[in-house]
Amino acid sequence: MTIIDSPAIKKRSSVSIIMFTVILTLIPALLIQIGFFGYQILGNLFFGISFALILESICLYLQKKPIKLFLNDFSAFLTAWLLVISMPSTSPWWLIAIGIFFSIVVAKHAYGGLGSNPFNPAMIGYAVLLISFPKLMTSWPESNSINLNNFLEISTIIVSQPFNYVADAVASATPLDAIKTTLFLGNTIDKNITSFNSSSYQLISVFYLLGGFYLIFKKVISWHLPISFIGGVFVFSMILFLIDPTNFMNPIFHIINGATLLGAFYIITDPVSSPTTIKGKIIFGILVGLITVIVRNFGGYPDGVAFAVIFMNICVPLIEKFSQPKVFGYE
Amino acid sequence: MIASILILLGITLIIGITLGYASIKFKTEGDPIVDKIDKILPQTQCGQCGFPGCKPYAKAISNGEADINQCPPGGDEGIHKLAELLGVEYKPLNAEHGEPKPKSIAIIDEETCIGCTLCIQACPVDAILGAAKQMHTIIEKECTGCELCLPPCPVDCIDMQVIPETTDNWKWKYPIFKINQKNKHAN
Amino acid sequence: MQIKDEIYKFFGGIKPNGHKNISTLNPIKKISIPKKLIIPVRQHVGKMPNIIVSEGEYVLKGQLIAEPVTNVSAATHASSSGKVISIKKEDIPHPSGLPDMAVTIETDGKDKWIELEKFQTSKLSIETLLEKMRFSGIVGLGGATFPTHIKLNINKINTLIVNAAECEPFITCDDMAMQEKTDDFLLGIKEVMNLIKIPQAVIGIEENKPLAIEKLSKSIADDNSISLKVIPTVYPSGDEKRLIYLITGIKIAKEKRPAEYGIQVFNVATLISIARFFNHGEPVISRIVTVTGNVKKPNNYEALIGTPINELLRDAGGDTNKEIIMGGPMMGFKLPSTNIAVTKAMNCLLTITDEMENKPSYEMPCIRCTKCVDVCPAQLQPQELYWHAKSSQFEKLTNDYKLFDCIECGCCSYVCPSNIPLVQYYRYAKSEIREQKQSLDIADIARERNDFRLLRIDREKRERAERNAQRRSQVSEDDKKKLIDEKKAAIEAALNRTKEQNL
Repeated sequence: MTIIDSPAIKKRSSVSIIMFTVILTLIPALLIQIGFFGYQILGNLFFGISFALILESICLYLQKKPIKLFLNDFSAFLTAWLLVISMPSTSPWWLIAIGIFFSIVVAKHAYGGLGSNPFNPAMIGYAVLLISFPKLMTSWPESNSINLNNFLEISTIIVSQPFNYVADAVASATPLDAIKTTLFLGNTIDKNITSFNSSSYQLISVFYLLGGFYLIFKKVISWHLPISFIGGVFVFSMILFLIDPTNFMNPIFHIINGATLLGAFYIITDPVSSPTTIKGKIIFGILVGLITVIVRNFGGYPDGVAFAVIFMNICVPLIEKFSQPKVFGYE
Repeated sequence: MIASILILLGITLIIGITLGYASIKFKTEGDPIVDKIDKILPQTQCGQCGFPGCKPYAKAISNGEADINQCPPGGDEGIHKLAELLGVEYKPLNAEHGEPKPKSIAIIDEETCIGCTLCIQACPVDAILGAAKQMHTIIEKECTGCELCLPPCPVDCIDMQVIPETTDNWKWKYPIFKINQKNKHAN
Repeated sequence: MQIKDEIYKFFGGIKPNGHKNISTLNPIKKISIPKKLIIPVRQHVGKMPNIIVSEGEYVLKGQLIAEPVTNVSAATHASSSGKVISIKKEDIPHPSGLPDMAVTIETDGKDKWIELEKFQTSKLSIETLLEKMRFSGIVGLGGATFPTHIKLNINKINTLIVNAAECEPFITCDDMAMQEKTDDFLLGIKEVMNLIKIPQAVIGIEENKPLAIEKLSKSIADDNSISLKVIPTVYPSGDEKRLIYLITGIKIAKEKRPAEYGIQVFNVATLISIARFFNHGEPVISRIVTVTGNVKKPNNYEALIGTPINELLRDAGGDTNKEIIMGGPMMGFKLPSTNIAVTKAMNCLLTITDEMENKPSYEMPCIRCTKCVDVCPAQLQPQELYWHAKSSQFEKLTNDYKLFDCIECGCCSYVCPSNIPLVQYYRYAKSEIREQKQSLDIADIARERNDFRLLRIDREKRERAERNAQRRSQVSEDDKKKLIDEKKAAIEAALNRTKEQNL
């Protein structure tokens, strides 16, 4: 008598549909990235995702859970994708492997599997790599325009680098990194941002924004987290910019560059590690924005989204406890 | 060096005096921990723990004479609650004191009862109605299922009956599910 | 209180496919009298009524076969004339599958009515009328089966809200009743309004019933005290507190009753049976049942209480081997067997369709997507309730997360992407919490009785000791000597007697 079945009808939705929709919206940005930098990113993706699925199968087997069922929801797929696009496309395969290992095995399965991870898995992997291999993780390739030949040259699918890889003239810094080094050297910032070769990454960020709007439109994610995060970054960087325009960049720069737009729509909206109440989401987004701005301007790393997200993930239970909405009739 | 010893001694003295004063001034009457333990115990008054009732067992636990895993009617849940209250480790039920049984109530076979009142004196909650040479009967609502009335009866006319599940006391069970065998798309 | 014209919108709710038009094509069909009527004795919320007939007795249609015991209890009547062949435990429609007492009547086909008492409602007092209603068997026929005479025993009601929403998919019995029994329906509203002096009534009806809306608006066109409000088709707008909010804008919490705000809510079928009782003296002996789902000819049937459901299914062309749900697809439960009969709570028999059979049933872990929060009409946090219920941590559920405000509508389980049976967890948690509270109450009583017993034994001991001490102290030294001398003399006399006898 305990075999249950109420209610008898069900709306057609599942975890795999949600994850699959998110992956679909990432594809346009991926195509733009291939156009600028070549097929290497695709090779990284292929390797990263297969490695992630293999690790996930091993973990599920050890936990005695049905493998096919859990692989079919695309959560490991999505985690691997987000981690690979956060890393430079010239990363060697072993770097990707270490990152994926920390994301899938340590940050997700060691805590109990799908739905039990307190931290964003992709960001844990990224943070581990950033702290352990800072040089490799901050040497991003550079490109000025979309080269259609990039779509034809499949020879650059996987580039394996030796262990003593040294940055050469091809690799350059991201705009955020360049700002930090300029300030470190004691110079003030030139307001002219077109001196940075950053149009490629800015265009990719815009496509993340478009993908995010599509997700909000389809109600896969709610608008509270992205808008409060972008708003938080805008407001706090605006405050700093108004105080001292020579040492801080303007807010639009902070939004377009770095991982702000990718983070707003794809990273902090990971449902398992973000708050569940509406007020909680707004507080979470604003605080992540604040910490990002602080780390970018006063911290040791060029981009603070990853650390801000991980730090706020710790505070999520506390935020939820104090932002519970009122029940019907008790207002 | 002398100065530091004297300073530490002085601080210790001050703290000691404060604590002593507080223990006298803020002393509480009675022993609230015994009442808290008694509230958790199921009040069956069966004596399976080795003490004559639930209140003596609660006193013994607070004195440290008894362990928390001696009460079968309280079951595992009761032990968990006691462990949480007292801040000690959970231990499984001590089998020496009995096994948990389904809730039952006693019933007297009226053909055999001789009216000796021995069971009335034994019942810890006065759930048996009767007088000398009159028919005895058990008040269903008050019976806790402690079984203390079974040994004294000279004609062995008392039985324990498990309370059956009716629509009045039925409750929903923990949901379990089976993987639909013929359903391939389980997403 | 003024009824404003605007329709409020409550938070949450879902819009599933209604499937209503398949069962409204034909009018209500009357099922012929079956050979056997299996009438469960308790078909309402409250105490089991007293059975007053015995086996072998001949009963007439409408005869009282079980009378109510205390206040929260209702009567049960024979649905047709015939002989009582058995009074024992039979299968009843209950989610547990446990049996309950039922009276089985073998009908003789004559369908002879008992002599009904006709009375003038205007000439009798409210107390007399409510006392008569207590024996009428009228309970809430929307599915809750709460005895109606208790709901009417309240004064200072200024709005009567008629629950004509029928929000659950597939169910259409109220819709057809409003179309075909409009006069009885409006008469019922008027009777209730006159009985406890309610100045105004509002009929809340969903917009997916155009024919009923048209018929009703024509009939109440010249009556100013009854108004019609058309509400959007959202599940669960038929829940009592949601309907009150839709029509009046007042939000009522779990602990309070609508009567405290001057509002009372009744179902369509209940009002129709009130009209039949007050004007013709007829007790509740039949109801309209929608038979739909995977059947060849879905239809609404007017069936006698106690009709075996196999007759209804056979007429509708259903397959008795398939599983059947009693009630709607959202809140109904699977019937444990098909050997049961129509009761007052049975508003729909739904045969499982292929869409329901192919519903995925493996529970995946919760990913905190909060789709359930977006649809909960009680504005609860279903995922918090789920985690606490799943790990059996019951302390925070009642006060912090307000588990008992959950109306078990099923909206959260409907949208969950991980296929978690949320409502089952809440039902389990509510049962456990209720049982724990009951155990605590019983334990408190046992503790009191034990304490009193120890006190009594102590007191008896003390009194006995006191009495002994008193007796011993009362006697002085001389008296003691006298007593000893008297005892010696008595012993000597006895010895002398025996000596004489021996000689």
